[in-house]
Amino acid sequence: MSETQTRVVIAGAGHAGGSAAAMLRQLGFEGSITLIGEEPIPPYERPPLSKAWLKGEASAESLALRPAEFYATANIDIRLSTSVTGIDRAAKTVSLGTGETVPYDFLILALGARARRLDIPGIGLRGVLELRTAADADQLKAALGPGKRLAVVGGGYIGLEAAASARGLGAEATIIERETRVLARVACQQLSDFFEAYHRGQGVTIEVSAGVAALEGTDGQVTGVRLTDGRLIPCDAALIGVGAVSNDEIARAAGLACDGGIVVDLSARTDDPSIFAIGDCTKRPLPLYDRTMRLESVPNALEQAKQAAAAIYGRPQPAPEVPWFWSDQYDIRLQIAGIPFDATQIVVRGDIAAGKFALFHLAEDGLVRAVEAVNASQEFLGGRRIIQRGKRLTPERIRDMAVTMQELAS
Amino acid sequence: MPKITFIEHNGTPHTVEIGVGKSVMEAAVHNNIRGIDADCGGECACATCHVYIEPEWLAKVGLPAAGSQEASMLSFAAVTQPDSRLSCQIVVTAELDGLVVRMPEGQH
Repeated sequence: MSETQTRVVIAGAGHAGGSAAAMLRQLGFEGSITLIGEEPIPPYERPPLSKAWLKGEASAESLALRPAEFYATANIDIRLSTSVTGIDRAAKTVSLGTGETVPYDFLILALGARARRLDIPGIGLRGVLELRTAADADQLKAALGPGKRLAVVGGGYIGLEAAASARGLGAEATIIERETRVLARVACQQLSDFFEAYHRGQGVTIEVSAGVAALEGTDGQVTGVRLTDGRLIPCDAALIGVGAVSNDEIARAAGLACDGGIVVDLSARTDDPSIFAIGDCTKRPLPLYDRTMRLESVPNALEQAKQAAAAIYGRPQPAPEVPWFWSDQYDIRLQIAGIPFDATQIVVRGDIAAGKFALFHLAEDGLVRAVEAVNASQEFLGGRRIIQRGKRLTPERIRDMAVTMQELAS
Repeated sequence: MPKITFIEHNGTPHTVEIGVGKSVMEAAVHNNIRGIDADCGGECACATCHVYIEPEWLAKVGLPAAGSQEASMLSFAAVTQPDSRLSCQIVVTAELDGLVVRMPEGQH
């Protein structure tokens, strides 16, 4: 089979799927590419949905990953508002919600993740929202404004960013978190403390160790969040941001290995050599940490898109990247390099009170595992390099601001 | 529309058009030019849209202000030079019609 006849089908037209299609063309792939997405719009940036988009500072055009005409120009057959309902691995075809069957030589699953649903009374009320898609963000935006009250269930990044944006729009915001601190699953105590204090300073109410018993409403519209201790948090809209789960159903139904995500190797290949999986839906190896994990981030989606495109086009694999994440809230830029697996010590560099600092997570032997940087891009980028190179540092040197990040990273 | 030429590390040039008010990074991404990763989508958060400005354009494009977010990010981008910029931070104006930038060997 010549390369020009190779058929690539990409199931999922989010950041990962859209990027995989573009990267295949960048490499020079001349076969057919069919990009199939459930949403009615071409691939777009999700990170601004809880930030600039929510605050009305970004246009639909600026949200788009690439201009609408790009797909025709690049000869990418894009099918929107279309779901992929099944995979026939023996026949090498996927079935679509439209009833069609599409053959593939290589299939890339870029199915994403969906918001975890809370199984509590009132979850179906109007005004109970989640934030994954542009359509979700439009609903949330419509519910915000001066004098409106937003209740955020879940103190993760999406919840904190939405609360910050709500305050920017003049709305009141209350964050309700089940754990003893916000960002409990994704950040250390010091960082949680910093963000809680900052949000409170911006007028956000934060309820920690607070369980949600039900959502209450009138005439089908949410009016409040009932806590397990009996208190009621009145609201005009409730955003549920309690994590996400992999959309791996069709992979599991097809017998592909899944473990809380579609299991892939370092070239984003599943246990079927013709099928790749990329982005939020995957459980992937993290060679720097000797573990596998499901990551939800744009850099991860792009890295795996590169891996899959390289493998399909027969190019060398790109070097493994250090996982990284970012979040913007008010005038705070948080950038995180790495993941603090096996860290036993946290060293502060900079001044937490001044809102410009970085937290270095070190393993027993001084190996840097993660750097959480607040308004400290040098520490973030230097940290990323240090982690990539497997450098060991002493707490004394990290704390010493007379030692530059260039020196620490060299 | 202003034209911008991107020269790949291997010497291959690509000339594209982009509207005034867009960024140089968007010109590359919209035209799927290899060598500009732009992981963060233009938030000045990742330093993966790094370019070198051709000498004759440096005065018009300028360098990032000392102490700016861009300058800070650039100090850790892959293989920086004195004429390095992050292309997401260069806003296209009519004056930049004809701009030529070169790309580093890699963005990571």
